[in-house]
Amino acid sequence: MTKIKQGYYGQFGGKFIPEILWTNFDELIASYKAAKSNVSFWAEYESLMGSYSCRPTPLTYAQNLSEYLGGAQIYIKREDLNHTGAHKLNNVMGQGLLTKRMGKKRVIAETGAGQHGVATATMAAKFGFECEIYMGEIDVERQRPNVFWMEKLGAKINVVKDGTKTLKDAINAAFRDWIYSMDTTHYVLGTACGPYPFPEMVMWFQSIIGKEAKKQIMSVTGQLPDRVYACVGGGSNALGIFSGFLEDTDVELIGVEAGGKGIDSGKHAARFVSGAGEVGVAQGMKTMFLQDDEGQMRETHSVSAGLDYIGVSPILADLNEKKRVRFEVAIDDEVIEAVKLTIKKEGIIPALESAHAFAQVIKEAPDMRKDQTIIINQSGRGDKDIFIIADALGDKAWKEFIIEKAKVYCVGK
Amino acid sequence: MLENKINDLRKDKDLLLMPHLVLGYPSFGENAELIDTMVGAGAEIIEMQIPFSEPMSDGPVILKANDEALKKGANTTKCLDFAKETCAKYPDTIFVFMTYYNISFAYGISRFLEKALQAGIQGVIVPDLPHEEGEEFLFCCKEVGLSPIFIFTPTNTEERLKDVSQYCEGMVYCVGRKGVTGIKTQIDSSLDGLIKKYRKITNLPLALGFGIQDKNDIQTVTGKVDIAVIGTKILMIQQKEGIPAVGEFLKALRE
Ligand SMILES: Cc1ncc(COP(=O)(O)O)c(C=O)c1O
Repeated sequence: MTKIKQGYYGQFGGKFIPEILWTNFDELIASYKAAKSNVSFWAEYESLMGSYSCRPTPLTYAQNLSEYLGGAQIYIKREDLNHTGAHKLNNVMGQGLLTKRMGKKRVIAETGAGQHGVATATMAAKFGFECEIYMGEIDVERQRPNVFWMEKLGAKINVVKDGTKTLKDAINAAFRDWIYSMDTTHYVLGTACGPYPFPEMVMWFQSIIGKEAKKQIMSVTGQLPDRVYACVGGGSNALGIFSGFLEDTDVELIGVEAGGKGIDSGKHAARFVSGAGEVGVAQGMKTMFLQDDEGQMRETHSVSAGLDYIGVSPILADLNEKKRVRFEVAIDDEVIEAVKLTIKKEGIIPALESAHAFAQVIKEAPDMRKDQTIIINQSGRGDKDIFIIADALGDKAWKEFIIEKAKVYCVGK
Repeated sequence: MLENKINDLRKDKDLLLMPHLVLGYPSFGENAELIDTMVGAGAEIIEMQIPFSEPMSDGPVILKANDEALKKGANTTKCLDFAKETCAKYPDTIFVFMTYYNISFAYGISRFLEKALQAGIQGVIVPDLPHEEGEEFLFCCKEVGLSPIFIFTPTNTEERLKDVSQYCEGMVYCVGRKGVTGIKTQIDSSLDGLIKKYRKITNLPLALGFGIQDKNDIQTVTGKVDIAVIGTKILMIQQKEGIPAVGEFLKALRE
C-alpha cells in the first residue's frame, strides 16, 4: 500500500461515523494532536496520576507463584493499585484533561463491568463535570455495587435495554447521546476501540503502563522480559503495556481472550482464537467482530463482564495480522482457578478480567526456563467484584450471609 | 437516473413524500401491506431500511423495530428478495435502501449493490459511511449504476458540505437538527436559513428528514425542499392505529 489513511492500522480502524459528528471529530482530533505534540501535557498528566492515582504502580515479583510453577520468573504490573482499582482510570483522567481543554462541561461514557463507569464518574466529580453513564440492563444486574458507587459519585445511570443489553449496546446508546449533545459533551470511550482517534488516543494514555513497566523490569533484572501477558477485552490494558515493548521484537507479547464456556460451546468472546471472528464495520470502526454471515453481531459470553465484547481494538487486529502479538484463550473455569491460586500464593486478588492473563501464564510458565522472565499486566483488582467472585467460586458461607442480610432488609422495611 | 426521475416527478408536484419502513418489522407480510397503502396514498419514494443489530443513528422507535425484525428472522437475503417482488409490483414508485455499512460489507459490497439494482432499487443511504471510508462502496455504486445518497447536517461547515455533495447522487438527505431519528425538528426560521445554505451548495433534489410530524410541517417546507422524509411518525401510527391509518395520515399531509 502506498497511501496509509489517517486512523488505519493495516486494513483496520477508520472512522465510520454519522455525518452529524464529523465536525465534532475534527475538533477532537485537533485537540488530541495538540495534546500529543505538547510535552507539558504529558507532564501534567503524569503529575496528576502521581498525586490522584497511585502512579507509578509497582512491579511486584511473584516469587511464590514463580517457584510453585517452577519455570519463568513472574512479575506483576500492579494496575489494580490505581485509584478506583483498575487501569481504566489512566484513560479517563487523560480524556478528562482533554475535555477541560476543549471547554466541555459534560461527559458521557459506556460501561460494561462498571469499572470504566466508576472511573469516569470519579473523574467527573474531580473535574466538576456533569456525568451520564450508559450501561446495559444485564450488566446493571451483574454489577450492582458499581452502579451504587457511580450514583454516589453523582453520575446519572441510563439503563440500556436495546439489543443484547450489554456493552456494545451501551456504546451505541452513548453515541446516540453524543449525536445530540456534542456541543457541550465529550464521550469518554473506555477502551482502544471506536472511530479514530479513540483507539490511538486511549492507547496513548494507557501507554503509561508500558513505559513504567519497561523501566521497572530493566532496573530489577537488567534486561527485557521474555514475555508480556495481558487480558484483551477491547484491548486498552493490553495495548497499554504492550506499547512499551512493541519495538523490542525479542519480547513476545501475548493477549488472552475470554474463552467463556469453551470455544466449542460458542459461548465465548474470542474474536481471534476462536476462528469465528470476521472483519466487519460497527461501533465506528473496522475490525474483527463476532458476527454472523450477514454481519449481525452475535451474543458473547465471559465470566468477566469486562471481556464480554463483540469487537476488539483495530490496533490489536493489525498486530495479530502482523503476528506481533500472539493470542490465546482462557476459559471461565481456568480463570477461577487462576484467581484462587494467585490469592493463595501471592496474597493478590486479580480482577476476573486480569485473571485471564494469569491463567495463561499458569499454562505456559512451567515450560519456560528459570532464567526467563514474564510480566503479567494485572489490569484490575478483584476484591471489589466480591459478588461476582463469590458466585464464581460458589462460596456457601457468602451465600448464607447474603440471605441473612436480605432478611434484615425485609424486616427493616 | 434517480436525479432525473425525481426532477420529472417534481414537475407536477410541489413536494414529494418519502415514507420509511424497517424491513421485516413486524413482518414482511405487513411490510407488503404497508407499502401498498403508502403507494395508494400517493407516496412517490419509499425508503426501506434493512435491519442491523447496531443502528447507531436511530432513535428508540426505529431501533426497536430493527431489534424486533432481526429477532423474527429478517436478514439481508430476505430483504433483497422482498425488495425484488415489491419493486416489480410498483414500477412507478421509487425505492431506495437505507442500511448501515456492515450489511453491505458482510454481503460483499459489489454483490450487494448488484442484487439491489437487479431488485429495482435506485439509491442507497448508508448513515455510518462518510465518503472518506467509502472508496470501494462508491466505486461499486458507479460500476453498478446505483446512486449513493449522502447526508447534509446542520453541524457541517460549508466546506464539508461542498465536499460531501461531490460524492452524492440522486438526492441529498438533509438533516434539520442534531440528534438521532425520531426527535422533532423545529420547523422554523432557522431551518429556512439552513435549507438556503444547503441549496446554495447543490443542485441535487433535497430530501428533508428526521422528525416531520404533520400537515403544518409539510406546508412550511413545501417550496423549500423537494422531498419530505417521514420515518418514526409512520412507525408510531402503524403501531398505535394500524396500517390504514398510515394511509390516511399520508393523504392528509398534502390535502
Ligand atoms: C479490570 C479490567 N481489565 C480489563 C478490562 C478489559 O478492557 P481492556 O481490554 O480495554 O483492557 C476491563 C474492562 O472493563 C477491566 O475492568
